[in-house]
Amino acid sequence: MTPPGTLMLEAVEIHRDYAMAGDAVHALRGLSLAVHEGDYVAIVGPSGCGKSTLLSLLGALDRPTRGAVRHRGRDVARLDDRAATDFRLRSVGFVFQRFHLLPMLTAAENVALPMAEAGVPPRERRARAAELLAYVGLGARTAHRPTQLSGGEQQRVAIARALANRPALVLADEPTGELDARTGTEIIQLFDRLNRDGTTLVVVTHDEELARAARRVVHMKDGAIVRDERLRD
Amino acid sequence: MRVALAVASLARHRTRTALAVAGIAVASAMLLDMVMLSSGMRLSFRELLDTRGYQVRLSPKGTLPFATEATVGDAAALVAAARAQPGVAVVAPNLGAQLVAPRGDGAVTVAALGVEAGVQGDYALREGRDAAAGELVASPAALAALGRRVGDTVSLGTGWDPQLRAFRELAPRRIVGVGRFYFLGADQPVVAMPLADLQATADGARRDRISSAMVRLAPGAEPAAVARALAAALPRVSVLTTADAVAQADERVAYFRNLAFILGSVSLAVGFLLVTTLMTVSVNERIGEIAVQRALGVQARRIVQQVVAEGLALSVAGGLLGLGLGLVTARYLDAILGDFPGLPPDIAFFVFQPRDAGTAMGLLVVAGTLAGILPSWRAARLPIAATLREEAVA
Repeated sequence: MTPPGTLMLEAVEIHRDYAMAGDAVHALRGLSLAVHEGDYVAIVGPSGCGKSTLLSLLGALDRPTRGAVRHRGRDVARLDDRAATDFRLRSVGFVFQRFHLLPMLTAAENVALPMAEAGVPPRERRARAAELLAYVGLGARTAHRPTQLSGGEQQRVAIARALANRPALVLADEPTGELDARTGTEIIQLFDRLNRDGTTLVVVTHDEELARAARRVVHMKDGAIVRDERLRD
Repeated sequence: MRVALAVASLARHRTRTALAVAGIAVASAMLLDMVMLSSGMRLSFRELLDTRGYQVRLSPKGTLPFATEATVGDAAALVAAARAQPGVAVVAPNLGAQLVAPRGDGAVTVAALGVEAGVQGDYALREGRDAAAGELVASPAALAALGRRVGDTVSLGTGWDPQLRAFRELAPRRIVGVGRFYFLGADQPVVAMPLADLQATADGARRDRISSAMVRLAPGAEPAAVARALAAALPRVSVLTTADAVAQADERVAYFRNLAFILGSVSLAVGFLLVTTLMTVSVNERIGEIAVQRALGVQARRIVQQVVAEGLALSVAGGLLGLGLGLVTARYLDAILGDFPGLPPDIAFFVFQPRDAGTAMGLLVVAGTLAGILPSWRAARLPIAATLREEAVA
């Protein structure tokens, strides 16, 4: 087992430029960031500062224009599509602002989807889906479809889905952005529990309560980190 | 899981899926009918020629059997020579002519076949017995045209003399049987009589003449080899095996095959475009879902597999439905075309063969597969982060 505090994820001098209406938009400007095992990092900053772009690069959803993104020493920015997809499947869990559950599948089936892709046998994935849904407090809603669940419940299903293949790293993009304050607090508590149980979290958020719950807050502006503060160990 | 996802995706828009399946069913029914039509006449014609087991046909040099009114003389010697050839078991000579019968103030014209009752291969008896001298077997249409029944006597002549206002060579003949004539139209009045009786008409002009002869081979004899021997021994006649006759008939109905090919291709194209359109719309609606799946670690090829599975499911469901629809429409169309005057009763335009259904289904499966590949591949290759961002904005 990797000892706590070991470097897990590292962005090294990454740039991300977009061509937009003939001009180059510099979303990230030589940003560097290191995330260690067991950490809980909140990335905050004004809209358009590059938070979501950074999260996409950390999760190999996108490639930097320049620079490297290393996960346990491996540059995931240089992986081909197949390898990058496999990296996302086995090493990272994603939580999105809008939940993004598949509407035609039940909660349990949504959670089982990444496991099916990873080749987990049906019986095992059914059992683990039920276990994960119980973990996020939805043990009684496994057969419900997303349309039959509240926003908070859908986000819990999305969190359970992110944990399906036991990733050590969960990346969340505005996970409380669509939720009311009370439901948002429940999700923050769930994230806290996740982190205490050993999952490394990187969360992009505008939610001050969520940012305060993290161990470390990274402030961004204009595609760069302007402040990196550790709130607690 | 991929199959379950494909089924679930199709079930999300049930009305649209049902309409698409119905559309594909119509296209596949048309495709099946055209595949059946392209080979049906050939198959049906071959079966017709094989009905009585005669594999070789002789006709006056340069003609096809009954394609003209040409006859060949010295028929007895010709038939004897044919019967003497190695590999020949039976030779059935026949003579075709037209006879007239008085009815009311006018006359009824009937087609007459002179045959040797013991070996004839032109009709099957439905009632009564074969004709002896002075007798005849009539088709139901002939009985109706003549207004006679089995057991009646009918006067038949070789023509009508307008100057004398009289029938030529009018002679009474007793109807002793009803026959179903294989090679003449179901609606055509036909009578069959002993070959010698018909040869004796027309003031001796038909004496010892025949229109054609059918040859049944001895067991194990090779049709092509016997045909070559007959052609060498009988230079006054053309010799055709069943395969030759089918090939020649095939050339004559080439337009049917071309028509079937064109309409079949159009049906396939319509089915393909229908599935492609549906899959493109469906994929475009689910761009966000596909991007999420890709973000969660689903490989691009698995997305393609899922969408292709949806296209295939539509094609197979439509194809199976179209199979039934195609068989019903083929039967209906066959009945319409079968009413065409002069067509032998056993000729069918649409003949079902399992291979045809397999061909139609195979083409649809290929079309359904191709239809799903392009939109799904495009969707699976979209930049994930940008697509999710656009979806979030939308």
